[in-house]
Amino acid sequence: MTYLKSRRFIGAAFTAITMLSITRTITGNGDLTSTVTIAQALVFASPIALAGLAGIWAERAGVINIGLEGMMILGTFGAGWAGWQWGVWAGVVAGVIFGAIGGLLLAVAAVTFGVDQIIAGTAINLLALGLTKFLAIVLFTNAPGGGQAQSPPIKGEIPTFTFESIVEPLTSLHEKGIFFISDLAGVFAGLFYHLSLLTIITFLLFAMTSYLLWKTAFGLRLRSAGENPWAADSLGVKVVQFKYAAVVFSGMLAGLGGAYLSIASTIYRNGNTAGRGFIGLATMIFGDWRPGGTAAGALMFGYIDTLRLIDTGNQNVKGLILLGAIILFAIGGIMLRRARRNSAIGFLLLGSVMTGAYFSASSFPPEVAQVAPYITTLLVLATASQNLRPPAADGVPYRKGDHH
Amino acid sequence: MNLRRIGTSLIAPAIGLFISLAVTAVILVAIGASVTTVFASMWNYGTSPRAMSLMLNLATIYFLSALAVSIGFKMNLFNIGVNGQYVLGALAAAVVASNLALPKIASVSISILAAMIVGALWAGISAWLKVARGVSEVISTIMLNFIAIGIISYIIVRTSIGTETSLNVRGTKQIPESGMLRGIAFLDPGTPIYGFFFISIVIGIGYWFLLNRTRFGFDLRATGKSASAARTSGVQSNRMIYVTMLLSGAVAGLVGLPYLLGDTGTYSLQFPTDWGFTGIAIALLGRNNPIGIALGAILWAFLDISSGQLILEGVPREISTIMQGLIVIVVVISYEVVRRYQVKSEQTNVAKALAKQEASV
Repeated sequence: MTYLKSRRFIGAAFTAITMLSITRTITGNGDLTSTVTIAQALVFASPIALAGLAGIWAERAGVINIGLEGMMILGTFGAGWAGWQWGVWAGVVAGVIFGAIGGLLLAVAAVTFGVDQIIAGTAINLLALGLTKFLAIVLFTNAPGGGQAQSPPIKGEIPTFTFESIVEPLTSLHEKGIFFISDLAGVFAGLFYHLSLLTIITFLLFAMTSYLLWKTAFGLRLRSAGENPWAADSLGVKVVQFKYAAVVFSGMLAGLGGAYLSIASTIYRNGNTAGRGFIGLATMIFGDWRPGGTAAGALMFGYIDTLRLIDTGNQNVKGLILLGAIILFAIGGIMLRRARRNSAIGFLLLGSVMTGAYFSASSFPPEVAQVAPYITTLLVLATASQNLRPPAADGVPYRKGDHH
Repeated sequence: MNLRRIGTSLIAPAIGLFISLAVTAVILVAIGASVTTVFASMWNYGTSPRAMSLMLNLATIYFLSALAVSIGFKMNLFNIGVNGQYVLGALAAAVVASNLALPKIASVSISILAAMIVGALWAGISAWLKVARGVSEVISTIMLNFIAIGIISYIIVRTSIGTETSLNVRGTKQIPESGMLRGIAFLDPGTPIYGFFFISIVIGIGYWFLLNRTRFGFDLRATGKSASAARTSGVQSNRMIYVTMLLSGAVAGLVGLPYLLGDTGTYSLQFPTDWGFTGIAIALLGRNNPIGIALGAILWAFLDISSGQLILEGVPREISTIMQGLIVIVVVISYEVVRRYQVKSEQTNVAKALAKQEASV
């Protein structure tokens, strides 16, 4: 199993780099696989990944968490407020605690009172937004360096690591522009360039989740609460306790994601999450409620965001278009081999359109990249939703002894 | 029986209002403000003619948004995409109306039609994804919201549809006065009540009629209560998903129009983009009933407007957003508690009646 998994992972990484490499060679745009791009993509991807992971925890225990956005907002605020006064690590802790409070609120409404989970989550989003805006005015307006909508700068920095001995030779290898080798070097070096300790923690949380939820009795019980809580109850699993634990931990992860955002921009700012909680939710569905796929989805969002924002020569978005076309052709080819003719035709057609667009326009507006991740998510859901399998009792209110 | 039903349906909002006022009072004390001064200021300003006019105008927008959401809710469809549907609808109306020089009735009708069609089409994507591809509408509507915002910023920033408006932001061309629907000033001479206030009353009545007095409405509610039972009785659930989403999207398309045609006359980058989420909250408060929604919309708008002068008391106006959030969460919980209490008391009544029957046999 592990052998199979690691083979699949290496296969996926190999395919991804090959496609990036083809795109880079045709466009001649080294930014696509440069060390800096990949390092920045990790920074953009991490908060989204944490939100997605938060979604996995709640939904694996059968509680839909639309309130992720609100919990992230609480996290950004906690980090700004505590980080400004007592330093960056206090900010991390406060972000996690504030997120946990949001999670607890969802647990009380959805688990104890059995309120519709989407409704409870929406209410939490509203409450978090109002509360943080209010507190920002009360607490930050007269603080030195603060304002009505933002906190004073967070004190101190999270340590980052650059492994010069790895990065330098690989970066110079990247600049040589050899097919595949240089791209692999650039991507690999990006993983060790200005690597934030928080990113490492994010990675460890993913590894921990994979292990805890799928390899331990605790995880089996937690997931059973999301698959069939009544059966789990009959086997002695304390379903309500597991749901509470999962949802509160979900809030903590979302809060950490929010704290990451504030720390990355060195202040709390109103609206800094910009819907990343919802995007995290999308990556979770994209990733079939599993850590690996969720991380891949978050990396896609982070990568596209990075290319859009560092687009100095106006060529990155164009590169993305070609990359998209290549991916569509590849999927079309796979579909053709699996004899799914209609899907294959759809993908090949879409790929041709994008190739045509690539060769006919000299540059593309950044808005194209702005919407690209969302369209990709919709495309993935539209083609793969039959293969996705949410927890069976996801979103179903549970009351002990009240079998449906 | 009916009186009792009305009584219990009012208990939950009353509890919600009370608890949220209490928590707000605690927050105010915590930041060192005077609770009575703050509430008095909100009440005094909120009941002035000008504030009441503003409130009715805002409530019109919220009412339409909540109505759009609740059409979906009735069938257990979560249309979280009202945001995207209305911004695109409003943009379409702004483009159409600013390029037409028609008499008022014709121009306004065409604006309304354009907004409804665009809103419905945008919602229709989610319906198709759900029916044909099995994608949950919750996630597809959220994605489509983001995509709509991107499309709009592209159109306004990079195409010739967008121009510099008077306020130094880019927006669509100004709609000529003949294409506007400004409304009538009857509470406060300086603040007309949107013409859409009256249109939305008609839409509210239409919503009630459609749901409670037509075959379609019956099918829709039946599908919402039990999809499998409705299917067995011959309701085509796929068709119902399409029709419901299209209807919801069509109403959603109208949400921006009261403001567009009654106030700005241009769709600029400053046009509010989050009235859809407000609609979700108000649909919950009003329990998908048009009168309940109207009351919820007025309450919501009252809190928004009446907090406008709180800054004079040194209190941020966002206190009203906190109150709104608290009201929603407490009200949905109390609805559930009241519902459980009702179920329980019904069970006890039935058990009692049965026991009596057995005793008499």
